Amino acid sequence: MSKKLIQGNEACVEGALAAGARFFAGYPITPSTEIAELMAKKLPRVGGVFMQMEDEIASIATIIGASISGAKAMTATSGPGFSLMQENLGFAAMTEVPIVVVNVTRGGPSTGTPTKASQGDFMQARWGCHGDHPIIVLAPSSVQEVYDLAITAFNMSEKYMVPVVLLYDEVVGHLREGVELVASSEVLNREFPTVAPANYRPYATGDGLIPKLAPFGSGYRYHMSGLSHDETGFPTGNPATIENLVMRLNDKIENNRKDIIKYKAIDMEDAEVILLAYGSPLRSAQQVQKQARARGEKVGLIQLLTLWPFPHELLTDVYAKTKADFIVPELSLGQLADEVSKSVPRDKITRVNRNDGALITPAQLEQVLKGVM
Amino acid sequence: MSKDWELIISGSGGQGAILAGIIFAEAALADGYNVIQTQSYGPEARGGASRSEVLISHEELAYPKVQDCNLMVALTQESLDKYGSLLGAGGILIIDEAIDSSTLKTSIKVYKAPIFATAEKLLKPMVANILVLGILNAISGIVNLEHLESAVQARVPAATIPLNLTALAEGSKIGKDLASKSI
Amino acid sequence: MNYKDLLRKDKMPHIWCPGCGHGMVLSAFLRALAKKDFDPDNVAVISGIGCSSRASGYLDFNTLHTTHGRAIPFATGIKMAKPGLKVIVLTGDGDSTAIGGNHLIHAARRNIELTVIVFNNNIYGMTSGQYSPLTPHMKLATTAPYGNIDYPFDLVNLAKGAGATFVARSATVQPRHLEKVIGQGLDHNGFSLIEVITQCPTYFGRKNKMGSPVDMLQWQRENTSTTGKEGTIPLGIFAQEERPEYGENYFELIKTLGEGKSGE
Repeated sequence: MSKKLIQGNEACVEGALAAGARFFAGYPITPSTEIAELMAKKLPRVGGVFMQMEDEIASIATIIGASISGAKAMTATSGPGFSLMQENLGFAAMTEVPIVVVNVTRGGPSTGTPTKASQGDFMQARWGCHGDHPIIVLAPSSVQEVYDLAITAFNMSEKYMVPVVLLYDEVVGHLREGVELVASSEVLNREFPTVAPANYRPYATGDGLIPKLAPFGSGYRYHMSGLSHDETGFPTGNPATIENLVMRLNDKIENNRKDIIKYKAIDMEDAEVILLAYGSPLRSAQQVQKQARARGEKVGLIQLLTLWPFPHELLTDVYAKTKADFIVPELSLGQLADEVSKSVPRDKITRVNRNDGALITPAQLEQVLKGVM
Repeated sequence: MSKDWELIISGSGGQGAILAGIIFAEAALADGYNVIQTQSYGPEARGGASRSEVLISHEELAYPKVQDCNLMVALTQESLDKYGSLLGAGGILIIDEAIDSSTLKTSIKVYKAPIFATAEKLLKPMVANILVLGILNAISGIVNLEHLESAVQARVPAATIPLNLTALAEGSKIGKDLASKSI
Repeated sequence: MNYKDLLRKDKMPHIWCPGCGHGMVLSAFLRALAKKDFDPDNVAVISGIGCSSRASGYLDFNTLHTTHGRAIPFATGIKMAKPGLKVIVLTGDGDSTAIGGNHLIHAARRNIELTVIVFNNNIYGMTSGQYSPLTPHMKLATTAPYGNIDYPFDLVNLAKGAGATFVARSATVQPRHLEKVIGQGLDHNGFSLIEVITQCPTYFGRKNKMGSPVDMLQWQRENTSTTGKEGTIPLGIFAQEERPEYGENYFELIKTLGEGKSGE
């Protein structure tokens, strides 16, 4: 199949539709708006629903509602809107309703720099909601990866009954590259209950830890609440029941880290220096790593595709084997490097940070590499 | 293996510099190149000079922005003044005959073409962006003209396809002429 | 159908205080609903946060207890993804007019078919008595210890102004009237809002020296009227118009595009 020249944000829409997304509710915000515009054009043509809401809070609430009715639903936003969505993101995590939230990141804090790339939402994507909650965050760095990971996002969301955040910066969202619009993985759908309605306990999961939630209107009448609840879905104040719930919510992700954590590790075997990145800084790191290898320098590259759960086991393992120095370029003050430092000694990490809206260039990274080698 | 191209097309808002970049990138993709197209957004793109960048290579591309521009189109004096310094030594510049390029590096090969006069006289001023693609491709020889024609057809409003194809052909003619003179 | 069959009796007793009007609103709602021929499997009841919003848990339908103020957009998604469902929102004055005020007016503007019943007890009960956007001027609340200097919304006019195509007001002291207007709201093809004046003896009544729950109902009797009596709060239906429903418009668009099949 021939490649099509499309933007990152267009690839996001194509991937979502290929994954079966049939409901979008959103609010315009730079640099994610093309996603809403394209969804408005395409969804009604495939029998899906597009709604422009009054704000981002309504947007995420509406897609959670749509998913409760059984639809594969998503929204797209950027930093300020993502901040507004946090409470209901936690609601989806708590009630185990699958949704996909796309955050095309821009400079912050506050209104910040709407048209420039940033990675300052790295920690918010994981810890923006109050409470110990599960979440999956995926981070494409190319237009092809936006397409592929949009499908993966829906698949993981449906498989684990958890909200998935697709996080990429403005540069990835707006650049155009050739893309093959062919799903690289099969489309997964959530499992529905098979027990008789009278015996249905929505949050009784057994060992798999993943609930089978019946869509509203399918003959299973049950209660769903953001309050701490028991297996029937009704509120509880029982400490053991509450603990079971919170542990199960988190364990259903933790127990499946192998399946969820995706990355690319290149030239690790003899690496003395490892560049570790995602998003637009990864693009510079790719160029620099290639140039360095061409010069005969022992430089490796780790590209994170899953940001959360964070691949500590990978980094611990790589560091144990290589004792390499890590260079971590990121468009923030060190949110990623700080997380890396839980697996790699702090003095082995060189931070490369930018927060002025400009990209970390290959030339800038070459300078840093020269200092580390 | 052909050389890599790092192209900047700049102009004032509304001249279609960004669309021209997308069309050229699409043609290059169809030609079998790896391509990346980016553009300026937001306040930077409103009024004043805007730009479209296209990277074209048979190698895999990683960093998505121009690092060493070797091919540039500037549709206005303002856009040349703003971006001209990005064009590296030995680079190719295509500008309208009315534009002054005397402040640029002397090693730059400047092609001055009657872009707007031709667009206006023969056709309509709004097709200057497509006309200049014809010039650009005739001089650089990057893509197969058929792919460029297909990309134009795919990206311009349906009603303006014949007009734009005429502009492209006209630009190719001017470009060939300029290239042959410069040998 | 007996309306009591629509309750999850195993979830009783409810959390509401003695003398609270919310049970009266709920029973009027269920009596109205029981008279329609909805299949409970196809009824969804959505609520937000607050005393009234606990009502969803007591009802044997598809029930969803959401976040504070957001019941309407959750309900919007449920309805638009499954238009065959009868979707009802049970909410309070704080939930729907303060934190959720924006969603209320926009749902009214769209004319999406939701039946929204606002339990208006003029106070935040769940958090023990702070003033809400429907607390009358100069009434007392824990956060208005010297009297509430805010002025309240007129919810009926707010909903009308926002484009709601069915707007009614009733009160717990008028259970038959209440049941009737809720029934009419349930029949309405479009956005319907029913404001119900209800009593919170624990936090509004005590603070404002209104006496027992019976005294509060007596106050309602004297200060509301279904006949437009001068100087009283009018009860009745204040808007009832036919306008194409949001979902109908949207699904008509899908149909038109499908028939067009024009590719792009």
